[in-house]
Amino acid sequence: MSQQMNGEKKPAKEVLRGVVEQVYQNAWDAKKRGEPIGWSSSKFPAEIAETLGLAVCYPENQAAAIAAKHGGQRMCEHAENLGYANDICGYARISLAYAAEAECEERPMPQPDFLLCCNNICNCMTKWYENIARMRNIPLIMIDVPYNNEVEVSDDTVTYMREQFHDAIKQLEAISGRTWDEKRFEEVCSNANRAAKAWLKACSYCQYTPSPLSGFDLFNHMADIVTARCKPETALAFEQLADEFEEAVKNGTSTWKYKEEHRIMFEGIPCWPVLKTLFTPLKEHGINTTAVVYAPAFGFVYNNLDELMKAYCKAPNSVCLETGVEWRETICRENNVNGVLVHYNRSCKPWSGYMPEMERRFRTDLGVPVVGFDGDQADPRNFSEAQYITRVEGLYEVMEANKQQEGGV
Amino acid sequence: MNMEMILKHFEAAAINPKGQLKEYIGKGKKAIGCFPYYVPEELVHAAGMVPFGVWGSNHKTIEAAKEYFASFYCSLAQLNLEMGLDGTLDDLSGVIVTTLCDTLRPLSQNFRVAVPKIPFMFLAHPQNRRKEYGIQYTISQYVKIKEKLEEIAGHPITDADLKASIKVYNQSRKARREFVKLAGEHPELVTPIQRSAVLKSACFMLKEEHTQLLEQLNELLRQAGPSQWAGIRIMTSGIVADSPGLLNILEENHMAIAADDVAHESRSFRVDVPEDTDPVRALARQFGAQDHDTILYDPEINKRPEYLVKLAKDSGVQGVIILMMQFCDPEEMEYPSLKKALSEAGIPHIVIGVDHQMKDFGQARTQIQAFADILATM
Repeated sequence: MSQQMNGEKKPAKEVLRGVVEQVYQNAWDAKKRGEPIGWSSSKFPAEIAETLGLAVCYPENQAAAIAAKHGGQRMCEHAENLGYANDICGYARISLAYAAEAECEERPMPQPDFLLCCNNICNCMTKWYENIARMRNIPLIMIDVPYNNEVEVSDDTVTYMREQFHDAIKQLEAISGRTWDEKRFEEVCSNANRAAKAWLKACSYCQYTPSPLSGFDLFNHMADIVTARCKPETALAFEQLADEFEEAVKNGTSTWKYKEEHRIMFEGIPCWPVLKTLFTPLKEHGINTTAVVYAPAFGFVYNNLDELMKAYCKAPNSVCLETGVEWRETICRENNVNGVLVHYNRSCKPWSGYMPEMERRFRTDLGVPVVGFDGDQADPRNFSEAQYITRVEGLYEVMEANKQQEGGV
Repeated sequence: MNMEMILKHFEAAAINPKGQLKEYIGKGKKAIGCFPYYVPEELVHAAGMVPFGVWGSNHKTIEAAKEYFASFYCSLAQLNLEMGLDGTLDDLSGVIVTTLCDTLRPLSQNFRVAVPKIPFMFLAHPQNRRKEYGIQYTISQYVKIKEKLEEIAGHPITDADLKASIKVYNQSRKARREFVKLAGEHPELVTPIQRSAVLKSACFMLKEEHTQLLEQLNELLRQAGPSQWAGIRIMTSGIVADSPGLLNILEENHMAIAADDVAHESRSFRVDVPEDTDPVRALARQFGAQDHDTILYDPEINKRPEYLVKLAKDSGVQGVIILMMQFCDPEEMEYPSLKKALSEAGIPHIVIGVDHQMKDFGQARTQIQAFADILATM
């Protein structure tokens, strides 16, 4: 992909956007050529389809994009008219509506010929993909990651994962008529590792005070690590992003154009339909988001097949409470946060189900104020602006009081 | 014992789990709480302990559990935690908690940290459960549970013990399946509340005791002769169906449950354990054969809706009542497929939202009355 336009280098965020656009374009092109197109859950081992050269789209990424472009409610309502309860995850409802061919101009993508489902994200994913398989009458390849109650991934789980991985390859070879190439697989893994390292490096710049970025940038760039982590251009784009942050640190600039009086962790997936509303009180009070949990969740590096299996066992909703707390408290400490804003996401039962206990642990372990608000990643009907503003103000007041007590800055 | 006495015995056990537990403990037994779903109770039984089903409660209010869960979680999960927090489960020597749905994942963690005094056994089932690698994974998890149970019991579980327990359980499952059929054939003799009590009491009784009584009841039902009952036969589907308030409304409307697809009921005793092989492997093979469930991955994609339509037809029911557990996304996710399959087969159905905290049955009563009227005219 060209990074030059009119002789000037494109900023990394544009390059990253281009990488994601290309993923969708590749899928359209492949569809046109008559090749089978896959839909994949965000943490299905992407190495498999990439090695086989198959174009894949990511319904979670699509749903987030549709929600951010204000199509979430319309699509959710379409799914509800098909009989899906409004209690079901908003991403799932949007995706099911799209699979049922609801009109949608916000983020079109080709309809699938096969499905790649991995329930390391959640159990809802299993039924979501089964429903699409029924609607479209297409094959579903399932890699099951049993929930882990321990910090380490057991040998039994690695064995189970490895067997499923090989089985998934066989199934996808049969669907696509393509043959597995071990050498290509090694290249793909190498690309994925390089992209992951560059992603983690870019995320690590949140450690600087002031931060050269807002954590919300990472939510946007996450699209690349989800949809294109095995592609060399993704690694290049993240390396460029890290270079830009390095430069910004030197120059004292930031993508966060407001004051940085306070630094918080934003816990959970953002409410995509109301991003501006989320920002408003944060901007007003000089609160920058310098920690989000996606960095450790999607920035995984592995050195061999067993480590790859273990990496795919670790997603925010598939790890035990202690690991979840450790991930978050590590980034909170590294990135010097002095408050935590928890999104009780109506769309995500597993994630929100750990939060009350995590809140208590953050308060005790980190000694920072923690405030929660009710929202939804995709359905704007589950978000109350008034409640959100009140909660952010509450958080601000405590952070401000703490700052005064510590002697101010 | 006559039929009335047997039914009263089951009802007494079903409404008084605490009393049942005290009685077993008084006899020197240990009891292990078995949370939903698919806990291999045979392992507990083979260790000489009493497997005790923990499926929420119709008599508790969610209070302390609110410290761990926002409002949008099913009452079953919240009440299981509540009973851990309020001391109801204190007499148990351990609990086995599974994670086949998105609420059970955080429940497992919340229960483990919130109720540290009760030994916690975590059980992760595989969704790719049928293939050999899935069976091997199930075996590995069952072995871990077996080892912890041996620690609690203070002695090893031998293969002979386990094989004997598997026999006891297969006999119990067979008797319960027969009872479901017989109760459907004889609504004049078994009301919906009594049917529920018979099935629910199996959670709180040693299975050999339960089966002994149930086989007597089944025999009496078999001897009863052809039924002249002229009400409406329905099938229920859902997670639990033990609310006396709701079951009363069925009775008021001359409805009988002739078949069910309820997790707490038939889904839990559909599949027997093979008796011809290594017993832990046999238990894993049984889980591999489980199917047609909202919380299980369905590799054959359309099998569940097809199975339920066939079950409804084979049972001769006139309609289906879906008892939709509030906030249960696996059940909600499966509903559109079920709705389509039932509609295409010409089987009427209604959906009634339920949870354990339900006090006002006005809306459910109206829905059921209207449904009964429709079915009566068909």
